[in-house]
Amino acid sequence: MHDADLIAQLLRLLAAGLLLISFAMLSRRRTQRLITLYAWQGAILFLSTCLVAYGEGLRELYYSAALTLILKVILLPWILHRLIHRLGAQWDSEPLVNIPATMLVGLVLVIFAFGLAQPISMLATTITRHTIGIALAVILLSFMMMITRRKAMTQVIGFLAMENGLFFAATSTTYGMPMVIELGIALDMLVAVFILGIFFFQIREQFDSLDLHHLEKLRED
Amino acid sequence: MDLLLVLGIPFAGTLVLAFVGARRYAAELNIGFSLATLLAVALLALRMVRSGPLLLWREQFYLDSFNVFLVVLTAFVGFTTTVFSRPYMRVEAQHGRVNARRLRLYHSMYQLFMGAMLLALLTNNMGLLWVAMEAATLSTILLVSLYRTKASLEASWKYFILCGVGIAQALFGTILLYFAAEHILGQQGMTALLWTHLNAVRGQLEPRVLGLAFVFLLIGYGTKVGLAPLHNWLPDAHAEGPAPVSAVLSGLLLNVALYAVLRCKVLVEGSIGAALPGRMLMAFGLLSALLGALFLWRQRDIKRLFAYSSIEHMGIITFAFGLGGPIANFAALLHMTVHSLTKSSLFFTAGHASQSAGTQRMDGIRGLASSRPALGWGLMLGSVAILGMPPFGIFASEFLILTTAIQEHPWATPFLLLTLGIAFAGIFSKVQPMVFGDGAAPKVQHAPSLAPVFVHLGMVLALGLYIPPALAACYTAAARLIG
Repeated sequence: MHDADLIAQLLRLLAAGLLLISFAMLSRRRTQRLITLYAWQGAILFLSTCLVAYGEGLRELYYSAALTLILKVILLPWILHRLIHRLGAQWDSEPLVNIPATMLVGLVLVIFAFGLAQPISMLATTITRHTIGIALAVILLSFMMMITRRKAMTQVIGFLAMENGLFFAATSTTYGMPMVIELGIALDMLVAVFILGIFFFQIREQFDSLDLHHLEKLRED
Repeated sequence: MDLLLVLGIPFAGTLVLAFVGARRYAAELNIGFSLATLLAVALLALRMVRSGPLLLWREQFYLDSFNVFLVVLTAFVGFTTTVFSRPYMRVEAQHGRVNARRLRLYHSMYQLFMGAMLLALLTNNMGLLWVAMEAATLSTILLVSLYRTKASLEASWKYFILCGVGIAQALFGTILLYFAAEHILGQQGMTALLWTHLNAVRGQLEPRVLGLAFVFLLIGYGTKVGLAPLHNWLPDAHAEGPAPVSAVLSGLLLNVALYAVLRCKVLVEGSIGAALPGRMLMAFGLLSALLGALFLWRQRDIKRLFAYSSIEHMGIITFAFGLGGPIANFAALLHMTVHSLTKSSLFFTAGHASQSAGTQRMDGIRGLASSRPALGWGLMLGSVAILGMPPFGIFASEFLILTTAIQEHPWATPFLLLTLGIAFAGIFSKVQPMVFGDGAAPKVQHAPSLAPVFVHLGMVLALGLYIPPALAACYTAAARLIG
């Protein structure tokens, strides 16, 4: 019993860490830092999935934890790092407008997420049910990052972080989706990053920059 | 076996065409794979018609009266589009808009796209449905950006971001669905995400969770249907990609996304009991129809014009499904079919017209009827059909939708009439000078294959005059299922 309590406490701690990283992402300017933060997010997901698997004795979850470790902590960050090196964009930073305001909006989003997650948490029977609000908050914060940032790379990291939030939501509400679905999602993510990698080079070739300010020609006239 | 063929041929085609590259026979091979898929689909559909709904491969795949006609339609339009695309892409290559490598990408991704759509339609697993929708999105991103121009890169980036975000919402909705199902069905393997199982216990699913799930699923898949205000990606993606891609995007992908929304709606309505999902569909549908029609007026690009027309029509269809009941659902299913056929034929003619005129701007395209009669009349007849003029099938479906709306929700009628009126004036006033105005469109090196245009329009005409009993039975059963 004591053991289960400890695990639940640790899980909440990890969830809090996940939320903190999402906020850090909102305030970081350097692309390279964002990738590191993304890898950390993956690491936390890996740890929390392992903990749940251990606490509840679910073997299937170990596989999905391993998948997380390989894909989100090692493979994707490595691909992203290589990409920005080849693009020569590792020192890129972007001007952020008004970090305090962004943070405040982020806080409101977190409160909203907790409100939205309340009924689900009450129905859930998992030991992670209290972290559903955090998962939803991570999704919304990443969503906000995608909207407010103007660099192609940052938007992609926002997209990937959102998927992390979704993965966390799946583990907190139901101990993860069936394995086949998780494999499918992982494959889709990997393909998405490959495609976008090709895309970056083309965008830079055409626009001489990865700044999306240039991509605003197609407007309604 | 037939299912294996249906799914296996497009994916095999993806690989084979990736190796064949830009050899001379690549386009013919593309046609061959699509024809083989169509034949396999026909076999599968015949089996379903003979023996009723099919559950295949440990219940992972499901074919009932709702998806059977969509599967056939997808394979059919997929095939005719490859026929049109053969001379079209050859001319594009001669104009230097695509090189050998991109042509290889085009053929390979086209097959992958078809495979992903067929998988999405046939799967019984709501999670796999999501994976297939995402795969369809990813393959079309590469198709939209095929020309690698600034505008096409921008369009496909917008497409990726908007649909990526949208489809992430749908994943959250799917997670919530699984969460609700798991309480009833337990975690035994994969059954908790199987639509047939969910449908069997839909009355017991927790209403609050399903209500929330539906909001996410509707926003998520609705983005791909092109429902306003999430429609921004649609005109850009349609205008900047090659014409065959616009045809399959508009004619097929939007239908598949709407299909996903409707499968969810059936479950949610069974759980909540109230008419909330229907109301939401009506609101989104009416807004999209009205906005699509209004924006039609401001377009100068021929493909954007028809893209907005797609938003309008998807809005009308969504509205009709929101109305519910046997007649409105029947009309909406018919409308899905005829819109798909008409809109793909319009993109064929629009694509070829802009190819020979050398511009997609409508003021640069003139006098098609005198210089290129088949092309001009194809465009004119297609426009008349899409505007819902009597002998064509769209008239029948729009008439049914309108009369049902008058009976059940009279307040919506003026909006619907306004939409149809604005769209009519907008499209007609823009197409008329292109077809009958002064000027001439030069010929291109390769004769276009316009047969698909007239085959599609002939089918739309036939469906307006007479719906075969087998198809009518299929629509009726599906309408009852959707509720």
